[in-house]
Amino acid sequence: MQPPRHAVSLEEQIDQWRSYLRRRQAIHSVDVAELEDHLREQVAGLVNAGLATDEAFLVAVKRMGNLDALSREFAREHSDRLWKQLVVPPSDNGAPQAVARTDAIVAFCLAVAAAVLVKVPALFGIPMDDPHAGFYVRNASFFVLPLLTAYFAWKRQLDAGTLRWLAAAFVAGGVFANVYPFAPASHGEFGSTEALSALHQPMALWFAVGVAYAGARWRQVAGRMDFIRFSGELFIYYALIALGGGVFTGFTLMIFKAIGINAGPFVQFWLIPCGVAGAVLVGSWLVEAKQSVIENMAPVLTRIFTPLFAAMLVTFLGTLLWTGRGIGIQREVLIGFDLLLALVLGLLLYSISARDPRKAPSAFDVVQVVVVISALLADAVALWAIAARISEFGFSPNRVAALGENVILLVNLLWSAVLYLRFLRGRGSFSSLEKWQTDYLPVYVAWAAMVVILFPPLFRYI
Amino acid sequence: MEINKDLIAASSAPLVLAILAEADNYGYAILQRVRELSGGRMEWTDGMLYPVLHRLERLGQVEARWEVAESGRRRKYYGITSQGRGRLGEEREQWKAVNSTLQGIWRALSIPGPVNHAASAAPLPQEA
Repeated sequence: MQPPRHAVSLEEQIDQWRSYLRRRQAIHSVDVAELEDHLREQVAGLVNAGLATDEAFLVAVKRMGNLDALSREFAREHSDRLWKQLVVPPSDNGAPQAVARTDAIVAFCLAVAAAVLVKVPALFGIPMDDPHAGFYVRNASFFVLPLLTAYFAWKRQLDAGTLRWLAAAFVAGGVFANVYPFAPASHGEFGSTEALSALHQPMALWFAVGVAYAGARWRQVAGRMDFIRFSGELFIYYALIALGGGVFTGFTLMIFKAIGINAGPFVQFWLIPCGVAGAVLVGSWLVEAKQSVIENMAPVLTRIFTPLFAAMLVTFLGTLLWTGRGIGIQREVLIGFDLLLALVLGLLLYSISARDPRKAPSAFDVVQVVVVISALLADAVALWAIAARISEFGFSPNRVAALGENVILLVNLLWSAVLYLRFLRGRGSFSSLEKWQTDYLPVYVAWAAMVVILFPPLFRYI
Repeated sequence: MEINKDLIAASSAPLVLAILAEADNYGYAILQRVRELSGGRMEWTDGMLYPVLHRLERLGQVEARWEVAESGRRRKYYGITSQGRGRLGEEREQWKAVNSTLQGIWRALSIPGPVNHAASAAPLPQEA
């Protein structure tokens, strides 16, 4: 027995074991420290029982369990880490680069397919002209979302049963978009129910994309949270691509104008519609491929804007109280407040998605609660003003839709505020807030589906 | 006798919560306590305890803090919260119900279980 030699080799062995463990994305260095403490304790216990150090080390490592299985368990528990892991192929996978390349090729082909699909109706005598604008507006989601769903169905290798449900959802969406005898557009303005249907169709079908995205994890809080993260990141990537697309369009117009050719029709009927459709798939692929490279943007933006919105809303409420002004009831006011609530909900969702649910409450959480509560108060003032005069205005489809959305968002934020306050006072866990948000997703979908399916006949297709 | 994986998994949360209800503790010692209580019959893969602890922590049923142990190493201690005690109470009722149901049917069947073997926690002679 040479204790010093053993001591050195034990340290080396533990070093090796630790660096091996660190390569796992799902196991963070804090957890490695915790596991290492366990390993050392175990080794010490075994040495006391009479084992040699290296034997003790081997037994201790074996008792710790298979590292792949362990890393899977950690990933399951810490799904925010798993989110980053989903895309990056595991390093022990034989050909990670080949996988990434196939993925890129499939995404690119689907983007091209979406661009082509946009022009297909024109082949069958429905050009993108004025009398057919309604057709394109009502069916916009069908040029893109089925392909996006197919992309995720392929990536997550969904089973046949799920695929059938998804296909049924799209077919139903297509039927409801096209069978109703909507009032024809007059003076370039669509009828209310037609516009509402066109607006809510993508919202309802986004659910199908979500089911495909989360795959088998759709029923879990973590799977839905991942989908919320994905949606936010896609929005940001899409905005960036749109910005680039705008610059590209500007240059195309300018450069051809210099030689006396008007590129306007090409831009209007080819470049923009095909680009808008294809960019959704390219953006989705980018989110999938790059999410581990760039830190997620949505939570960063949330961090910046949450305090600003808190300050603005508190000032607004203060001014309201101080001056005693009422809220002017214009047509857009209710929609404006809907958007405000949706935005506050977005701030809440993306700060939830990035938060470690085990952390203790911090100052940022207080700011978050201030934003939610002040938005609720502002909305209550607006609702009060509108409710007082609703009989005077009458129930138009737009107003009912806006009112319904307001109520849905209000209920969500009210209960979120309650859960958040409980968490701040140490009476509840943060995960219950997370669960509330992910459980609420079907409500939006149900509402959007209702607007698409029930509103047109209810309001006589005006 | 090996207890099957599903049973181990189902009992892990109440067992950990109950051990933490005795006193705050850290991973290795929790596992030692499990061994002691089960007479070595419940064999957990050591590493798997930690995801369980982290889940309970996320659900707010246990709280964790880092402390420096007498060995000079940093060690993560866990303690039960009031929510954890609530869940423990519920689990206890549920396990009691399961247990008494099974007891009832064992008695009705009056099959002599392997009582003699199970009672002796010490390793069986043929293993030596």
